[in-house]
Amino acid sequence: MNAANYLYLSALLFTIGAVGVVIRRNAIVVFMCIELMLNAANLSFVTFSRINGDLNGQVIAFFTMVVAACEVVVGLAIIVTIYRSRRSASIDDASLLKR
Amino acid sequence: MMTSTTLVYLIALPLAGSAILLLAGRRSDKWGHLLATGLSASSFFVGLYQLSLMLGRSNSERPVTQKLFEWISVGTFKIDASLMLDQLSICFVLLITGVGTLIHIYSISYMSHDADRRRFFAFLNLFIAAMLLLVLGDSYLNLYVGWEGVGLASYLLIGFWNQKPAYATASKKAFVMNRVGDMGLSFAIMIAFATMGTVSFSGVKAAVDHTSTAALTSIGIMLLVAATGKSAQFPLQAWLGDAMAGPTPVSALIHAATMVTAGVYLITRSNFIFDAAPTAQLLVVIVGAITLMFGALIGTAKDDIKKALAASTMSQIGYMILGAGLGPVGYAFAIMHLLTHGFFKAGMFLGAGSVMHGMNDEVNMRKYGALRKFMPITFATFGLGYLAILGVPPFAGFYSKDMIIETAFNTGGAKGIILGCVTLLGAGITAFYMTRVMILTFTGKSRWDDEAHPHESPWLMWLPMAILAIGSVTSGYLLSHGDALVNWLSPLFVNHAEHAELLSPLVVSGLALAMVAIGVAIAFVKYSRNEVAAVAPTDVSIFTTIARQDLLQDRFNEAVFMAPGQVLTAVLVKTDEAVIDGAVRGVGRIALGSGSALRGVQTGFVRSYAALILIGAVALVAAIWVVTQ
Repeated sequence: MNAANYLYLSALLFTIGAVGVVIRRNAIVVFMCIELMLNAANLSFVTFSRINGDLNGQVIAFFTMVVAACEVVVGLAIIVTIYRSRRSASIDDASLLKR
Repeated sequence: MMTSTTLVYLIALPLAGSAILLLAGRRSDKWGHLLATGLSASSFFVGLYQLSLMLGRSNSERPVTQKLFEWISVGTFKIDASLMLDQLSICFVLLITGVGTLIHIYSISYMSHDADRRRFFAFLNLFIAAMLLLVLGDSYLNLYVGWEGVGLASYLLIGFWNQKPAYATASKKAFVMNRVGDMGLSFAIMIAFATMGTVSFSGVKAAVDHTSTAALTSIGIMLLVAATGKSAQFPLQAWLGDAMAGPTPVSALIHAATMVTAGVYLITRSNFIFDAAPTAQLLVVIVGAITLMFGALIGTAKDDIKKALAASTMSQIGYMILGAGLGPVGYAFAIMHLLTHGFFKAGMFLGAGSVMHGMNDEVNMRKYGALRKFMPITFATFGLGYLAILGVPPFAGFYSKDMIIETAFNTGGAKGIILGCVTLLGAGITAFYMTRVMILTFTGKSRWDDEAHPHESPWLMWLPMAILAIGSVTSGYLLSHGDALVNWLSPLFVNHAEHAELLSPLVVSGLALAMVAIGVAIAFVKYSRNEVAAVAPTDVSIFTTIARQDLLQDRFNEAVFMAPGQVLTAVLVKTDEAVIDGAVRGVGRIALGSGSALRGVQTGFVRSYAALILIGAVALVAAIWVVTQ
């Protein structure tokens, strides 16, 4: 199978994620879109690893997974805390620092 | 040269007194004046002891030095803080400490009602110490320290009653005008160092022979500028009249007897420079001649007794400067007039203080009159000083002033005639204004205010006046008897060839006495025959008006120096605000403006941040893609 197809898929997933981050208001959905972008990047890494025939891309994919796991922990904690105090998961409502 | 270990006590004693009084503060109020007087007197006795040692040595071995410490040491250039006492210095030392001690004694009583008497005595002691350093320093740099010190003491004492704004302004005026002169002295020191590589008196004296005349002339002119500042000579004379704001003992000590004669000392001390720089020497004579007429003319119009005496001081110092500018023949006579003037002018100032003391501090002579009966001792001592300044034989001024007039005539040529006539005319005007002071103050009808109760001053005040009066009578004869002072000072100056005498001493004395008689007669006709108005008449001639305004000296200074100075300051302030402040504020305004503009980006919405990051990332990738294509 042509490796380039994986890259097209990766670009598609990344675009969906990026658009989701920009246009959605629900924090959980935005969060999931971020995960989507991270994994789209992971898919690219692995594909390039395959194309170039070395393991660097795969190693970096593991790193990304670790970062993503940490980010999920911290991010979910923040979202839950905000939800508890404000009864809302809309990220547009959490713009209080501006004021 | 011989060394001595006791010279330092001359300065250290009054300096210690000043330090103790200032540091102990109010605690020393009770005994401060006694300590200061005692220390001044002990300094005088150290001076007498030094004189006795000097008299015991042969003429060439009389100067002594004392090295205090190594002051400046840069490579091969070394300046020690060291003192030198020679035949010239000892004259000043005895005058400063002697007259100074008498004025300390006088001030004990004069200032007894002043809450700040201790501070006054601290400053007096500081002045004595600084003045002694001035005359004892063995290099121009050491002299400079004393020179600045007396300027400081003068400033502090003129503004002693600085609760009155006018007095504080007078002290500032004196200080600023003195600073102009001080610049001259510092320039002279710099030129001497640049051309000769030394600033000690002996070093400069030795280097004169192989130094260009141009350099010597510029040093001489700068020294003259310094002398005009400190000695209130034309064109830096305007501060002396206002300096009378200080307490009267200060006027007597600093602004009549000692500090204002520092310029004469400087020129006499630098005789080797002026002898080798005829242009500078000529300028000295011109400055002296102008000032002696200038002061005399101002003196004729002043109703304030202290200002009349101040104008007279200016004029008499003009005589000294003129004498010092006449070269080797004149130095000794300048110093002689300086010493006799120290006696009679200090005596007259103390007399004026005594009159003010009895008249509720009234200084306007038009409000005096007929004080002879109420203040007999003041009248007698003032009268002796009056006779001395007029030059009536055998009083002191007769010897010293006539010698200057005679020397001026005998310089030869047109210069001699002009200078002789100026000095003669000056003597006549001096007689006029001093007689005016005598008549207005002591004779005629009383024109006092109702609350005035004139009375004689206590003995602590009249005793110094009496001693100074004795000096006014005898000092001239003692100093000139057998050319005592001339011979005493002769090792310091180059020997001079005798001039052909234009006029014999007898003729000069006759002429001078005739001028004095004319001056006295005019004053008698004008002020003794007619009633004196208690308020100064205003319908007077233009000359009187100008003389009352000090010959427009302040107007001149304001128009020529103050007004352009203020314009310059205004321009500089504007430039500072527009250019320098403008640049600094501009930088701030740019930062502030760009900050405000960028603030719009900070919406607080996470999604817009995310969109911006995305756009940035895309733009970055696009840029990299374009570059690598």
